Amino acid sequence: MRILQIIFKRELAGYFATPLAYVFIVIFLVMNGIFTFDLGGFYVRGQADLMPFFSFHPWLYLFMIPAIAMGLWADERKTGTIELLMTLPVKLTDAVLGKFLAAWVLCGAALLLTFPIWITVNYLGDPDNGVIVAAYLGSWLMAGSFLAIGSCMSAMTRNSVIAFILTVAICFVFVASGSEIVLNAFNWAPQVLVDAVAALSFLTHFDAISKGVLDVRDILFFLVFMASWLFASAIVIEIKKAN
Amino acid sequence: MIEINQLTKKFDNFTAVDNLSFTVREGEVLGFLGPNGAGKSTTMKVITGFLAATSGSVKVDGHDIATDPLAVKALIGYLPEGAPCYPDMTVLQFLDFIAEIRGFSGQEKQRRIDKVIGDVELGAVCHKTIDTLSKGFKRRVGLAQAILHDPKVLILDEPTDGLDPNQKHQVRQLIRNLAKDKIVIISTHILEEVSAVCTRAIIIAGGRILADGTPKELEARSRYFGAVSVQLTADFDLHKAVASVTEVSGIELSDASGRRHVLLPQQGAQIFSKVLDMAQNERWPVAEFHLVEGLLEDYFRSVTQGTVTGSAQKHETGVTQ
Repeated sequence: MRILQIIFKRELAGYFATPLAYVFIVIFLVMNGIFTFDLGGFYVRGQADLMPFFSFHPWLYLFMIPAIAMGLWADERKTGTIELLMTLPVKLTDAVLGKFLAAWVLCGAALLLTFPIWITVNYLGDPDNGVIVAAYLGSWLMAGSFLAIGSCMSAMTRNSVIAFILTVAICFVFVASGSEIVLNAFNWAPQVLVDAVAALSFLTHFDAISKGVLDVRDILFFLVFMASWLFASAIVIEIKKAN
Repeated sequence: MIEINQLTKKFDNFTAVDNLSFTVREGEVLGFLGPNGAGKSTTMKVITGFLAATSGSVKVDGHDIATDPLAVKALIGYLPEGAPCYPDMTVLQFLDFIAEIRGFSGQEKQRRIDKVIGDVELGAVCHKTIDTLSKGFKRRVGLAQAILHDPKVLILDEPTDGLDPNQKHQVRQLIRNLAKDKIVIISTHILEEVSAVCTRAIIIAGGRILADGTPKELEARSRYFGAVSVQLTADFDLHKAVASVTEVSGIELSDASGRRHVLLPQQGAQIFSKVLDMAQNERWPVAEFHLVEGLLEDYFRSVTQGTVTGSAQKHETGVTQ
């Protein structure tokens, strides 16, 4: 636990030592503004909720999160510091979790900084703040799931651009599998299969949470999803660290 | 004590380390010599727990790296090849991170960091990011990181690579000072370094040990051991001059001018003073007269040549186990 904290602290400080964290947060906020107010029709809808804000998050994350995750392990491999880290008295799980949590907290910070939108909607109307809190939580869980995939892809290569592309591709599968276009394409298939595909999608679970339905199964889905991909990261690092 | 027992490391079909066994005790400074690709770095990576052995075992102070890696890693200070450090951190931040990982906090942490900064002379660059440092400073940051916790075992992969002569001297001095009641293993292909700091040298090629002994012992195995180099100033029949000295087994020309000769002794014979006396008495036209140097280099070449690919080995001679 102590080691995990030290690694977490180093990683988080690392994001702010370079412009990375600031660029990420600023772009994240700007994009959120554009999506919510222009494309989402925040005012036109005339409803006091944040649906237009949250409904774009899966698509925003699709490109923003892999950018954060791509360096997690690829950079360690590239600079050779993986050899330093792995020969310090550090457990691999502490290293994987510490790095992941630092990135996840950065995403959380970016998410929290969208609070002016929350203030706006409260100023303009009388939204259900419980639903909004649930949606924020769901969004953060989803961000973590994107990150966990990114962690695993980053562990596969020493080239962070390749890690980025792989992460986007895999995340796209997990987002799109819940969209109506994909599900309609499966209309020939038995309902069980369609449900199975939909059940694996971020969209299905995120939509449920962001409507204010805090089902344990949806939360569990994201947690198990993250744990599985982080476990896979550890295995990949163990196998490929020497190459 | 480090015990390495029948260690083998394979990458797919390539055998990097081939059935290696040796033991290193406290107080020894072991120089790991070998051509590029000989398996030096791979061996170090296995000892430090970065790579898992294909077969065989590594024990440090009784702890097996395979079953108790954290205990072994806590005992070892390691400078990996190229001295990798986190480029975005300042030197102080980096050493602080290492000190915390090594379990130090508060005043003790501060004391260790201050000491190590003094030892490797990093004071001037403490607040600079590692990214911006010169190669020599980066290497010293890597060294500082390795010695911060005053480890029982110090493993340094090419510690002086890329340093200028002053810095090399400094680092060697540092290693010598650290070496008391510690185990130090350094890899290098600078042979003078071995004579300068090591109490023992192992030559490996193709993942196998070709020679093991003190630098002096290895030098003694060179065929130039005790040989005398003579630089003549005029034409002179050296062959005729030394014909009566039975201890001289042969004469070699050692450069293109035809005036520098090497007199080879019979196995184990001392010819220097005898030939020197003769040269003075008979007034040879001599400009220079000295014992041949670079013996270790000669011996190194003679054992490692032709073994770089790691397949057939021509020179099995000189292996002491």
